[in-house]
Amino acid sequence: MSIKERIAKRVAQELHDGDVVNLGIGLPTMVSDYVPDDITICLQSENGILGMGAVPVADSYDRNIVNAGGRPVTVEMGACYFDSALSFAIIRGGHVDMTVLGALQVDQEGSLASHIIPGKMVPGMGGAMDLVTGSKKVIIAMTHTAKGDAPKILEKITLPATAVGKVDKIITELAVIEVTDAGLLLKEIAADTTVAEVQELTAAKLLIAEDLKIGF
Amino acid sequence: MANKLITADQAADFIQDGMILMIGGFMSNGTPEALISALIEKGVKDLTVIANDSGTPGTGIGRLIAAEAVKKLIASHIGLNPLTGQLMNEGKMDVQLVPQGTLIEQIRAGGAGLGGILTATGLGTEIEAGKETIEVDGKKYLLEKPLKADVALIRASVADESGNVFYKATTRNFNPLIATAADMVIAAAEEIVPVGGIEPEAVATPGIFVDYLVGGEAYVD
Repeated sequence: MSIKERIAKRVAQELHDGDVVNLGIGLPTMVSDYVPDDITICLQSENGILGMGAVPVADSYDRNIVNAGGRPVTVEMGACYFDSALSFAIIRGGHVDMTVLGALQVDQEGSLASHIIPGKMVPGMGGAMDLVTGSKKVIIAMTHTAKGDAPKILEKITLPATAVGKVDKIITELAVIEVTDAGLLLKEIAADTTVAEVQELTAAKLLIAEDLKIGF
Repeated sequence: MANKLITADQAADFIQDGMILMIGGFMSNGTPEALISALIEKGVKDLTVIANDSGTPGTGIGRLIAAEAVKKLIASHIGLNPLTGQLMNEGKMDVQLVPQGTLIEQIRAGGAGLGGILTATGLGTEIEAGKETIEVDGKKYLLEKPLKADVALIRASVADESGNVFYKATTRNFNPLIATAADMVIAAAEEIVPVGGIEPEAVATPGIFVDYLVGGEAYVD
């Protein structure tokens, strides 16, 4: 199992039956491959879908149906389509139970940077700012560090903020970290790491949960 | 009833250099390619485009940007078209990035006669710069002003001759909203049917919003 698959699988354990969920492009999309068999979730897509399904397996597909990355996608039985104003009423209005997205940086106050590196990478925020502002629960799913073990979990983000104080949980290949009023609370670590290693690769002080779980 | 059917070339005649256009679509899904082609052929310049994104290198608004027709872009996402980011970083195109949910509400406000909208999206970020914040019942919001355009270009899966529009699947996206927020609305339709050919319940853009209809809309690769 790759690092990304491991992260996606652990994120999937956060899902509840009946949740309306928005998954960001990339790693977060992989979460849908690991939804536990005993629950059903409803995937929301910014471009106007509730009940989004898998990517089409056949060579032939309906060009009128795409996901938020503009790629062909299918829909589940009972799905519906709507315009962008209704889509963001769902997102901003608190009707999405959980949003999962990647980030370049996250900090101990729950702020995240995911949409721009000024002068270099300028994709724009798309729906991310609304998703993290309006969703009931925000989970950041990302690799623990950037290239060369550079920390991505910081005391204070240095890139432009995508949102301030909105992140609830950070899930990486090494750890599950909750954002609390007291700071970052280490709840779980992977079987192949240690608390000391996770702290070393995190540029903010970690509080250790009394019931710290080991192995996922 | 006025005949709304025109050719794509006639549609392009309405678009002058320097105009503000709203263009429907989400990563080119639901973007009226027939009208984009006509604008490129005419050689329109200095447009301000308001849209969700800047398409891809070979599709939708991406083709308009490659043809150097766009001076300013107001959009939420430009990541699928590297040329947009390049022109932005080189200072050759003015790109204003707006959260998607804010952008669509600014357009809705423009079309619905509202003086703006209040949203918590963007608070504490660079989006807040220069904007008024308003507190309502102890909660802080940003005041975002309405957006309007000279012309909106929309894509219909099916249009009837009076301009009623049905959108298939995810092609709806920004289209019904921008159709309310421009002085003139031109729809490019995959299929045009006689009045009565669309069930009233299936009409997502009432024909009163659509000034002109162009046929022959098709996906480009």
